[in-house]
Amino acid sequence: MMGFSRPQTAAFWLMVAAIMIAPAILYPVFLMKVMCFALFACAFNLLIGYVGLGSFGHAAFFGMGAYITAYSAKAWGWTPEIAILAGGLVGGGLGLAFGWLAIRRQGIYFAMITLALAQMNYFLCTQWDFTGGEDGIQGVPRGNLFGLFSLKSDLAMYAVVAVIFVACFLLIHRIVHSPFGQVLKAIRENEPRATSLGYRTDDYKLMVFVLSAAIAGIAGGMKSLVFGIATLTDVNFPMSGEVILMALLGGMGTIFGPVVGAAIVITMQNYLAPFGAWVTVTQGVVFVVCVLAFRRGLIGELAARRRLSL
Amino acid sequence: MMMILGIPAPLLFGQLLLGVVNGAFYALMSLGLAIIFGMLNIVNFAHGALFMLGAFTAWGLLNYAGIGYWWALLLAPLIVGAFGVLLERLFISKLYKLDHLYGLLLTFGLALILEGLVRNYYGSSGLPYRIPSQLQGAQNLGFMIMPNYRGWVVLAAIVMCVITWLVIEKTSIGAKLRAATENAPLVQSFGINVPLMITLTYGAGVALAAFAGVLAAPIYSVNPNMGANFIIVVFAVVVIGGMGSILGSIVTGFGLGIVEGLTRVFYPEGSATVIFVVMVIVLLARPAGLFGRAH
Repeated sequence: MMGFSRPQTAAFWLMVAAIMIAPAILYPVFLMKVMCFALFACAFNLLIGYVGLGSFGHAAFFGMGAYITAYSAKAWGWTPEIAILAGGLVGGGLGLAFGWLAIRRQGIYFAMITLALAQMNYFLCTQWDFTGGEDGIQGVPRGNLFGLFSLKSDLAMYAVVAVIFVACFLLIHRIVHSPFGQVLKAIRENEPRATSLGYRTDDYKLMVFVLSAAIAGIAGGMKSLVFGIATLTDVNFPMSGEVILMALLGGMGTIFGPVVGAAIVITMQNYLAPFGAWVTVTQGVVFVVCVLAFRRGLIGELAARRRLSL
Repeated sequence: MMMILGIPAPLLFGQLLLGVVNGAFYALMSLGLAIIFGMLNIVNFAHGALFMLGAFTAWGLLNYAGIGYWWALLLAPLIVGAFGVLLERLFISKLYKLDHLYGLLLTFGLALILEGLVRNYYGSSGLPYRIPSQLQGAQNLGFMIMPNYRGWVVLAAIVMCVITWLVIEKTSIGAKLRAATENAPLVQSFGINVPLMITLTYGAGVALAAFAGVLAAPIYSVNPNMGANFIIVVFAVVVIGGMGSILGSIVTGFGLGIVEGLTRVFYPEGSATVIFVVMVIVLLARPAGLFGRAH
C-alpha cells in the first residue's frame, strides 16, 4: 500500500488503531500534544533522515506556524482549517528564506546557520507586536471546522488533529518513496555523484527544506489551537533541541521512529515536570547515550535486528 | 558636550567600549571553537556551557575556598580544562570516525547536562561576583569615562589571543599541531603522539572558554544560562569568519563586537539581531565566510 512494505503496513494500521483507541484510556489533550510533536519530529526527520541535512533551527517554523495560526484564528476569526493552513504556508515561506541561505554551506555550517537564523527569528518575535511579546497569544479560540462543527470538545479537536496527523504522515511517506525521494537519498549518500548524474542537488535540498518547514508549521499551528496559546517557547532554541532528540531517540531515517521518539520525550516531560531542571539533565543524558550507544534509535535498532524496514 | 553624528561622544564611546568587551568574548570563544574544530573536526556545542562553568568555578573558588579573582583567573581554566580532557577521553574520542553531526549532538547533550545540573543546585537567578579591588573605579579619558574592569577585560583578551596565536604559529608544538590538522596519520608516523595532542587541544580550547568565563563573571551575573544564548551568537561569528584561520577568528570576533556596539547607539532595536544580519549578508556575498576557504 502506497509504497509501504508489509511490516510498515502492519505498523501503520497499528498506529491508526492506537490513535483510535487511545483517547478512551489516556487524556486526549496529552495525546494531541504527542501527535503535534510527532508530526513536528517527522517533518524534521524528513530533512535529517532522508537528505542528511541537520537543521538546528526547526523551532522557527514550528513557532511561526503556531503564531500565525493563533493570530489569524483569534484576531481575524479564521476557521481552524484555514488558520492551520496559513501556519503551514508561513512556515514553508520562512523555510524558503532560511533554506535558500543555509544550503550555501554544508555539513556543520548548515547546522550553525539554521541555528543562528532561528535565533534571529526568536529575537524578532520578542519585538514584533502581533506575537504579544512575553505574554504570547493567549485564549486562541478553536473555532468551528469549515465554519460548521464546533471544536470546543476535546474529542472533536482530537479527531481533527488525528486526521491531519495521519494525512501529513502519509504525505511524508509518499515524498520519501517518490522518485523525488530517491534523489534525496542519493544526495544523502553521495552528493557529488548525484550532481554528476545531472541533478541540481541544491534545488532538491531547498524543495525538501520548504516541505519540512511547512509541515513543521502545520504541527505548530495545530498545537496552538489545541492549547489555545502560542508563546516565545515555541520559537526558542530548546524547542529545536527537543525535536532533534525525538528524531534521534526514535531513529533518524525511519518512518515510525520520530513518532515513537516524540511519544517518549513528551511522556518523559510530563512525569519529570515536577523535578524542574532534571528534565534538561535527563534529555542531555538521553542525547549522550543515543549518540554513543545506539545511533540508529529505538525503531532503527529494532528494524536492524529484525532486518525490517520501519 | 562633544557630539559625533548627533550622538553625545560619551554615549558613543561608552557603547563602543561595551562592543569591544563583547567582541573580546566573541574572539576568545570563537578562537577556542576554531582550534578544537581544526584538530578534532568537532563543533563543540558545550563551549557555552564550559564558559559558564568557568564563571561558576571562579565563584566557587571564592565562596568555598576563599580564593580570589587573580588565582581564579589561573586556576579556573586549569580545572575546567582538566574537566574538558576528561570529557574528551570519556565521550568525544568515541566519535572521530563518525559524521560531524554526531559530535554536535553529543556536545549539545553534554551542554544540557551541565546547564541542568548547575541550575538544579544554584537556581537560575544568578550569583553576584565582585570586581577585584585593584580594578574598581574608572578612568576619565576626557572623551569618555572608562570603567577599569572593562579596560582590563579587553587587554586580557587581546593578550590571551596573541599568546594563543604565537603558540600556534611560532612554536614547534604549534607547528606539529598545524601539521596534524592537515594530515594526522602522516604526523603520527613521525612518532608524534597525535591522540594525546588531540586530547590536550580540546583541553586548551576548553580552558580558553573558561578563561573567558572568569573574565565575564564580574560583568554578567554568574548564572546557568549565561553560555547557552552566547554560544549561538558565537556560532554566527564562526559562520561569518570561517573556522580555518586563527587570526580570522580574532579579527571577526572583535569586529562584530564593535558592529554590535555601534548598532546599539544608532538603532537600539537591531542590536540583538545585527550579528545574524551580518551573517546573512556574508552568506550572500561570500558563502565560504570572510576568512574561510571553500572546500
